[in-house]
Amino acid sequence: MRHRSLLILTTAVTAGALTLSACGSRDNNGKNDGGGEKKTVVIGVDAPLTGQNSATGLGLQYGVQIAVDDANKNNTVPGVTFKVKALDDKALPATGQQNATALVGDDKVLGVVGPLNSGVAQSMQQVFATANLVEISPSNTNPALTQGKEWTTGKKVRAYKTYFRTATTDAVQGGFAAEYATRTLKKKKLFVVDDKQAYGAGLATIFKQNFVKNGGKIVGEDHVNTGDKDFSTLVTKVKNSGADLLYYGGQYDESQIITKQLKGTGANIPLFGGDGMFTPTYIKTAGKAAEGDLATSVGVPVDTLPAAKDFIEKYKSAKYPGDYATYGGYSYDAATAIIKAVKAVMDANNGKLPDDARAKLVAAVQKSDFEGIAGHVSFDRYGDTTNKKLTAYQVKNGKWVAIKTGTYNAG
Amino acid sequence: MHTLPQQLANGLFLGSLYGLIAIGYTMVYGIVQLINFAHGEIFMTGGFGALTVYLALPDGISMGIALPLMLLGGALVAILIAVGAERFAYRPLRGAPRLAPLITAIGLSLALQQAVFNWYPDAKNDRVFPQIPGGPYHLGSITIQTGDIFLIIAAPLSMAALAFFVRLSRTGRAMQATAQDPDTAKLMGIDTNRIIMIAFAIGGLFAAVAGVAWGLKIGTVKYDMGFQAGLKAFTAAVLGGIGNIYGAMIGGVVLGLAEALATAYIADIPGMQQFGGQAWSTVWAFVLLILVLLLRPQGLLGERVSDRA
Repeated sequence: MRHRSLLILTTAVTAGALTLSACGSRDNNGKNDGGGEKKTVVIGVDAPLTGQNSATGLGLQYGVQIAVDDANKNNTVPGVTFKVKALDDKALPATGQQNATALVGDDKVLGVVGPLNSGVAQSMQQVFATANLVEISPSNTNPALTQGKEWTTGKKVRAYKTYFRTATTDAVQGGFAAEYATRTLKKKKLFVVDDKQAYGAGLATIFKQNFVKNGGKIVGEDHVNTGDKDFSTLVTKVKNSGADLLYYGGQYDESQIITKQLKGTGANIPLFGGDGMFTPTYIKTAGKAAEGDLATSVGVPVDTLPAAKDFIEKYKSAKYPGDYATYGGYSYDAATAIIKAVKAVMDANNGKLPDDARAKLVAAVQKSDFEGIAGHVSFDRYGDTTNKKLTAYQVKNGKWVAIKTGTYNAG
Repeated sequence: MHTLPQQLANGLFLGSLYGLIAIGYTMVYGIVQLINFAHGEIFMTGGFGALTVYLALPDGISMGIALPLMLLGGALVAILIAVGAERFAYRPLRGAPRLAPLITAIGLSLALQQAVFNWYPDAKNDRVFPQIPGGPYHLGSITIQTGDIFLIIAAPLSMAALAFFVRLSRTGRAMQATAQDPDTAKLMGIDTNRIIMIAFAIGGLFAAVAGVAWGLKIGTVKYDMGFQAGLKAFTAAVLGGIGNIYGAMIGGVVLGLAEALATAYIADIPGMQQFGGQAWSTVWAFVLLILVLLLRPQGLLGERVSDRA
């Protein structure tokens, strides 16, 4: 009796746990058009759809979804129905790599948009390169992804010809932010914190270097672990360091709590961060503490772009979850680049998909040259976007307000 | 830099929080020798229970009225889950080899986490927890936030209440007896099942107080907050001598202080720059645990027990 109930219980608990964790994965391949005349081309998406960073990750997924819906509705590529296959990488490099392998293995997938995090991208690039599958990230900003590990020394080497991005790099973003902090805000004493990830640490380093170059002083440095929640010791150090600016390299998950706890001590030091924290979720969580905080983000504000008006309306009316403001426009443009490349490849092959479609698509994406909803889309010889516009935002009355748009010559 | 008093205070606040959660580990272990690894998730559901109550209350309600109700709601949820876990997940396994309930505990912890993740609205992001208005207050060079005030009042109060309960009440004495020798206690007419259930309920109650304190201190609650906090609290319980309720509180405070001081000062030691700071706080907490266990295996307040694992 006891043994049987033990068995039933263990089975029930294990099965329960397994079922629940299985719910975490998503599949947007619900519909099946039943084959027929039209060919199906799948655009893969890899982003954190649950857990850490999922608000911006979902914004990325649905940005692609809208691009695909538009292409299908307008019959952009005759004879082809596009579909989205979105995989959740949970912001974990290992999971991203598994997803990359799964996408490569699905021969309907001819292009991938994502991932969100630079650290995840590092683990995926090789998988896509080996399979000749084109990957366009709307949000990776770490320069090493396109220009190689030694980009700081000026020795730029492109390691993966299948990797592209529609977001500009942190070399540009960090320099732009530091210039804004020192020239416009007149900040002199900096405390810098990062989350030790490829994106956060890289951005913080570039900001720091430029801050010092512009005459500022570093009064303190620290690192956090992603997932940390109690920052009381850290904010005490920041408060007592005499810093007049706290720069955070990382995502909103930690920075929104850091700013809340920092302002809670009575310190009035603004937190400045990169595109990783430029999301409405940051303000929602930090509340009043976010007031006056700053962030830079790639591109120009989506809602000021006439070309993106339609996109925003579609996003809002479909009531998609996630924040479209940060990368939604770039995700749309990345998906559009793949869709246009599919059309170019088919046009060159009598309206049919060639057998080596994946390889031909890489070359076609490299030649992209069109007006996207977030700006002009074309790629340089490293796979970086030629659109190097950036915007600085500040929280005013509970909203991110654009305060300066410009470019920065990272040299 | 006059940061030492402030950092000591930070460590004390964080440590009291660990201590509150650690009580649940220590009481359950003291009575049934089970490490309830789902306890961190019980703490988490306590926080979410309190948040749910707050969201159900009308807007703009003062925290003076809302906070007791939130505590009540959080406690209700946490106690129900703790007692339910005991009744349906652990009691059928009592008498089974020790590994079986341990694995059930881990399974239960995952199941609870995933349940909140999937079914609580928007639990995937940090859910904003209401704050007590006012503050920060200044005490010399120490800044105290309102969330910390709640903690510093709630922790000793609940500890004192528990000490009175265990020492002076009939049920408390029955608990001590059960902890010492469950079989003999049963022969003496003590309903050990009831006593064990009460131990789980008290653990749940303290976890709920900790859950609310966490929400007030950190500012948000999240589905995965129980994992790391639970692990730290477990460490605190072992540090203080698992099975000893005062040890849990002291272990928590020692751990909190160690974390705060390591975070603040290790990096100032020449040659140790790369081993200091926020990112290393957990590492130093565990270094401390290892040191204590090497020098005093029974924990700070634990008694040397020869025949029990």
